[in-house]
Amino acid sequence: MKINFIKYTAILAITSLIMVGCSNNDNNEPTPIPVDFSGTFMQKDQMGRPAVNTVFVSASSKDEFNVTVPSEQNAKFQSMFETNLKALSPAFANPGDKNALGLDAAAFTGLLATDVLNVSLDGKTTFFDGTNVLTGRALADDVITVELLLIFGGEDFSENPTLSDDNVSANDKPFLTSFPYLASPW
Amino acid sequence: MKKSKILLGTVIIAIIGLITVAADHIDAPAAQGTTADITDFYAFQGEDTNNLVFVANVQGLLSPGSTAAAQFDENVLVEFNIDTNNDNVEDLVIQAIPRDNTMYFFGPYAPGTTGLSSSINEMATKSSVPVTTYGVPAVVATENGMKMFAGPRDDPFFMDFARYGQIIGGTAPGFNNPGSDTFKGTNVLSIVVEVPKSEIGGSGTINTWVETKVKQ
Repeated sequence: MKINFIKYTAILAITSLIMVGCSNNDNNEPTPIPVDFSGTFMQKDQMGRPAVNTVFVSASSKDEFNVTVPSEQNAKFQSMFETNLKALSPAFANPGDKNALGLDAAAFTGLLATDVLNVSLDGKTTFFDGTNVLTGRALADDVITVELLLIFGGEDFSENPTLSDDNVSANDKPFLTSFPYLASPW
Repeated sequence: MKKSKILLGTVIIAIIGLITVAADHIDAPAAQGTTADITDFYAFQGEDTNNLVFVANVQGLLSPGSTAAAQFDENVLVEFNIDTNNDNVEDLVIQAIPRDNTMYFFGPYAPGTTGLSSSINEMATKSSVPVTTYGVPAVVATENGMKMFAGPRDDPFFMDFARYGQIIGGTAPGFNNPGSDTFKGTNVLSIVVEVPKSEIGGSGTINTWVETKVKQ
């Protein structure tokens, strides 16, 4: 009896010592609750180049375009892009019509249907600056006017002048030269 | 009188409808107006030319009055996809997801599977930055060689989208000069991450795109 009492007391004492030992640091550094990143995430929206889904994909196919992996977009959507481009732009109305990149309707929509942004790791990154073509997309690039010119401007950017420039050429706030580059919110 | 009012109403509704689509702002029915709606994507050389900067914007057309209430969704994974061998399949991803007002970044790393379904590999390089609150200066973090930002910013996109809609709708013959920036004075929620080029292919050309993925 007595021996048992001593045993249990000793065990309790040791256990409580261990407990205290373990929780000694808890007052200073509470153990962080692990952040949960588990689960499966399914695609909802995607984007490579600006305005591609908006301009070239027919209304009933816009959701489908957003859940088609880029490697399968050309096979699935190029002919739709070509049909919509010809319907949209008088600059591609006649056989043999090309844009300033020297691309006819099939070649141009073949480029655009795979909606990825091509980015150079070796130098200037710009959508188009007169010299470099599709080497990235910088904040100040007037991507809409570039696209309008390539859609409506014809072989030398001179066709359909009222359709090939929206005459909004810069952002409403100046960008920053340093990270995070985007202007502070309004 | 009544007729003209109805007509005016119809025109206004039509214009609002047209204003809703742009770079990728509200581009498709399933994504539009949700916390997973991508408005824009940028990739450009950093101030330090050894680095590349990725920008993903979501939840566009926020007025200044509604910006403070806008939040990143903990169920929405924003995934930057990087194809280094020109087959338009991602070889590397950078995943961004918020937890308790912190934006966590995983990668760049090679995902176990490619395509429409993703999970987060918690063994991948993990970095984080506190989400910047509306009205305070940008909070920037540097970790694992990357710079990171997450929070509200001015929408960097500019376009006379309203006029474009009228042209497409057949109610205007061409653009005005000067045009009017439909996105003037509006904000977006931005995720900006700057990474060493050496971690995403080093040299040559990459193909890149951004995805939002929703937890099932």
